[in-house]
Amino acid sequence: MSVVGAVETVREEPGGKVSLALSDSWTMTRREFAHWARQPVQVAVSLVFPVMILLMFGYLIGGGREVEGKYIDYLVPGTLALTMAFGLESTMIAVTRDLNKGVIDRFRSMPMANGAVLVGPSVADTLQSAVGLAVMIGVGYAIGWRAHGAAGECLAAVGLLLLFRFAMLWIGIQLALVAGRPEAVQAVQILVWPVGFLSNAIATPESMPDWLGTVVEWNPMSQTAAAVRELFSGHGAEAGHVWAAVIWPLALLAVFFPLALRRFGALSK
Amino acid sequence: MTDAIVVDGVRKRYGEKAALDDLHLTVGRGTVHGLLGPNGAGKTTTVRVLTTLLRPDAGRATVAGYDVVRQADQVRRCIGLLGQHAALDEELGGLQNLEMFGRLYHLGARRARTRAEELLERFGLADTGTKAVRHYSGGMRRRLDLAASLITEPQVLFLDEPTTGLDPRGRAEVWASVRSLVGGGTTVLLTTQYLEEADQLADRISVVDQGRVIADGTADELKARTGGDRIDVVLHDAGQLGAAVALLPIDTGEVSVDADRGLFSVPVADRMSALTQVVRVLEDAGIEAEDIALRRPTLNEVFLHLTGCSQGAAIDGARSREAV
Repeated sequence: MSVVGAVETVREEPGGKVSLALSDSWTMTRREFAHWARQPVQVAVSLVFPVMILLMFGYLIGGGREVEGKYIDYLVPGTLALTMAFGLESTMIAVTRDLNKGVIDRFRSMPMANGAVLVGPSVADTLQSAVGLAVMIGVGYAIGWRAHGAAGECLAAVGLLLLFRFAMLWIGIQLALVAGRPEAVQAVQILVWPVGFLSNAIATPESMPDWLGTVVEWNPMSQTAAAVRELFSGHGAEAGHVWAAVIWPLALLAVFFPLALRRFGALSK
Repeated sequence: MTDAIVVDGVRKRYGEKAALDDLHLTVGRGTVHGLLGPNGAGKTTTVRVLTTLLRPDAGRATVAGYDVVRQADQVRRCIGLLGQHAALDEELGGLQNLEMFGRLYHLGARRARTRAEELLERFGLADTGTKAVRHYSGGMRRRLDLAASLITEPQVLFLDEPTTGLDPRGRAEVWASVRSLVGGGTTVLLTTQYLEEADQLADRISVVDQGRVIADGTADELKARTGGDRIDVVLHDAGQLGAAVALLPIDTGEVSVDADRGLFSVPVADRMSALTQVVRVLEDAGIEAEDIALRRPTLNEVFLHLTGCSQGAAIDGARSREAV
């Protein structure tokens, strides 16, 4: 007896390696969506958390710390950047969970682009972050913030935020691969806090001690926050800030993307 | 016609321990080949090397004519893998799993969907709906896992201890599925700790120990080498053991005796005539037997015979742990 309706041979792959890698990555992205569809509460919580940060700094801690103009115009873009660095752990855990389950063996024994196992979750997370940004911007409007920049500038701001998110994700993925286990991810996640708060997201470097201000100005997140703030301001953005917000994440990606793929490939050692 | 699997002097070390130590293996096309051995013998490592999951340190291996290291992509298009642990996305349903794997095999969206439905039907999982795999029973999970490894009818299918941890019913289900594949022309490499499983499913068996093949042949050949089937007799009076053993026909093999239980065990070549012979001899001598059983040799006995060392005891330990 032969297998019902068997596929005689695997189809000769149409298109090049790149298009296959993209389609595999999309399949793996859809897999994350399917996971979320089964745990809507968790997704809702991950959208609410950044809103709480915004409201907390806006109302509880608020009070412009040597900020020119309204603090809310400083705070909202800063919080947008801040939230791009947070919540990396769900993707990190997704990656380590796969590594510790039998399913990784099936993926790796299939003629798929292996990197898709990592790219899928990172793309899904970035898309979720885009939704998160929309929610945050909506809440920002509700508490009196306004984007004054032209439509193009505002889109560019969102683009920079997502680029920063994508870069942070790949640092997270590399760390997750090194950590290896979901439990270890929790510890690694703490490293995000200094990156998040040693930045200009909620307070200006001028308001800090000199040495701290210097650290803060060099933080890649500060570059993104500064550029985004300017793009939303309507007074035009300094080219230097925008370039820094493009180059920093790309530089991080150039390091961590290949590192993570290599680490993943080394599973066959 | 080339062989489906050729393993030529493959070595793999984990630190100090040699998992594979100059392993040689040849599996003909369209046959079912059993790799039999205890935990840690190198069975899983062999499967991992052949399914491109693990790079060998030395030696060469081909699957469907492709080199597992240099032509890993071609190998992956020809194989299916049923690993020891369910290789499924536990959070998703059966259809979602199979559809996802179908897309990753580049069947295209529509073909992936119809193929997934066909396979669910075939493995009796069509009515599972959207239930997440983590809520499946062990047998259902194994069947879905097997279905996933058959999405593109593979030329070579690897089954790594496919029934470990299953109850007898789940085991029977998997055996039936594997049998129905054979004859479709699929080559199957099966690893197992159970002689019975290899016996039921495999055309040929290689016995693996400490990373090398120590014997191979058909199940009958291997059993013949260990003296074939055995008759176990428990006597009412253990004191008559010596007398009973002395009465046995001379053409039986080496007799083992367990004085505590009043048991002796005789390897026999011809099952039925040997059984009647033993019964008659005991009856004529007026020795009362409490229990007489005709049975196949255990893996322990095959192993003891082949290795001549205490390795067999380790297998029994492994088996009883499995059974818990």
